[in-house]
Amino acid sequence: MKILVVAEQRDNKLKKASFEAVRAARTIADQTGGEVTALVIGSAVVAVAGECGAYGAQHVLCVEQPALEKYSVTAYAKVVAAVAAQRQAQAVFIPATALGKDLAPRVSVKLDAGLAADVIALKVEAGNIVATRPVYAGKAWTDVSIASPVKVFTLRPNVFAPGTPGSPVAPQSVDVSLSDADFGAQVTETMQAAGKLDVAEADIIVTGGRGLKGPENFGMIEELASTLGAAVGASRAVVDAGWRPHAEQVGQTGKTVSPSLYVAVAVSGAIQHLAGMSSSKYIVAINKDKDAPIFQVADYGIVADAFEIVPALNTEAKKLLGK
Amino acid sequence: MKLIACINHVPDTAAKINVAGDAKSIDKTGIAFVLNPYDEFALEECLRLKEKNGGEVIAVSLGTDAHKETLRKALAMGVDKAVLLKDESIRDSFAVARALADFIKEQSPDAVFFGKQSVDSDDAAVGGMVAEMLGLPSVSVVVKLEVTGTNAVAEREIEGGREKVQLTLPAVFTAQKGLNDPRYPSLKGIMAAKSKPIEERPATACAPKTELVGMRKPPSKNPGKIVGTDVSAVPELVRLLREEAKVI
Repeated sequence: MKILVVAEQRDNKLKKASFEAVRAARTIADQTGGEVTALVIGSAVVAVAGECGAYGAQHVLCVEQPALEKYSVTAYAKVVAAVAAQRQAQAVFIPATALGKDLAPRVSVKLDAGLAADVIALKVEAGNIVATRPVYAGKAWTDVSIASPVKVFTLRPNVFAPGTPGSPVAPQSVDVSLSDADFGAQVTETMQAAGKLDVAEADIIVTGGRGLKGPENFGMIEELASTLGAAVGASRAVVDAGWRPHAEQVGQTGKTVSPSLYVAVAVSGAIQHLAGMSSSKYIVAINKDKDAPIFQVADYGIVADAFEIVPALNTEAKKLLGK
Repeated sequence: MKLIACINHVPDTAAKINVAGDAKSIDKTGIAFVLNPYDEFALEECLRLKEKNGGEVIAVSLGTDAHKETLRKALAMGVDKAVLLKDESIRDSFAVARALADFIKEQSPDAVFFGKQSVDSDDAAVGGMVAEMLGLPSVSVVVKLEVTGTNAVAEREIEGGREKVQLTLPAVFTAQKGLNDPRYPSLKGIMAAKSKPIEERPATACAPKTELVGMRKPPSKNPGKIVGTDVSAVPELVRLLREEAKVI
């Protein structure tokens, strides 16, 4: 199977989710016989694009134009579809990031292709890809196959292992002609909170719940998160109360996350919250209510007051990590 | 302004989901269905744009008669017209988008709003697909929107921040929590909605491009261990995270 992987970059740096998608494509190509081509779109990406080769892409293509420096869903979709057609790709893999989730539906229509979104596992059955994807925020899983000649998959970040990098591949430039009309929706500005980790990308998340009693008590959550190099998450109750921004909400009406470590502090574990985080690799629950549902999914629990445990945990973690 | 909100009828997020005997769908017994939470933001944004600029808001939903309940809620919130694209076929996002795009094209609206995802299939795909089918620009996961004449500036949520997107109407937007504060239907609105007609028409046929092979419960986690009940458990927890889980 010929697979095209859309490798995402921001500020000319490739995202980890891009390497994960390349490696996942490599695994499928190895089973079906075929090749993996990575595509990097931007204004000056050739210097970094070759790294996709280190994760299993035989070919690395760059579409570089000054106008592509900032993301435009309409233009990027045209580029991906054009390159997919040129390379006769049978499958297109896109990381299920904010950009990828925006881009994939348009790519899928351009290629008249079925889409399996936010996939967490892939396998090959009778020569066809079967994708596992959670529905109802993870309360159920479905296995999906795509019948159209071209198939589009978006892959959830932090789930597929990127593996050990090998040698990079020399990128090749490809030209796709674009006109002003192709830039119908254009990003003009990016407002990034400096150094702030997002729950959707973080490898460790420390989430605070209603049991913290007020927004002023999130200081200790932020401190623990900073020690662990983690993102701060919030339960729905906390966001609805206006204590924390919605961007931090984990759960069915927030973000569905799969970090290596999820620390739930004073979170009771409502069903819509559990749906969004129970696929985390390791879960720690700190709650003074021993009957809180969060303990049903926690690998390690401490039944005690968060106000006592969290500062002590922060001190202990600092000692261990030499901070 | 002519505004269309595409809305869906989905299990309440508090519902426990069980897989039905066919291993391809959910067991609907005892499940309450509601207006998709994100679609409330889509509806609210349409109503606000109409209040500011005048015009008409149409709510459309594709599905069975059960979707009328959700369309009634949209009427109660204040939309001018509710349309049910009646359909009982099995559809994926692509097939849903096709029928919605056919309906929307006929209406030539100035703006189309969706919730950023439907909390059943969680594809987050129909809005973008409809936009591409209609050749319209789109922005997904919108948390702020300013419309001046036919110019729109939307802010969308990205990892650790936001990005500002410029586009020209007509356009498609998918709404994220935070875009606005959806109104509660007034008692008067609820009463009035009861007597308002819901237009029914067949959804255009479209075969799905994806096939659901099976549905199952996710693997359940083993019950974890309680490390302790006071602060003395902390060093042991840290040791377990380092030596057993190897995550810190």
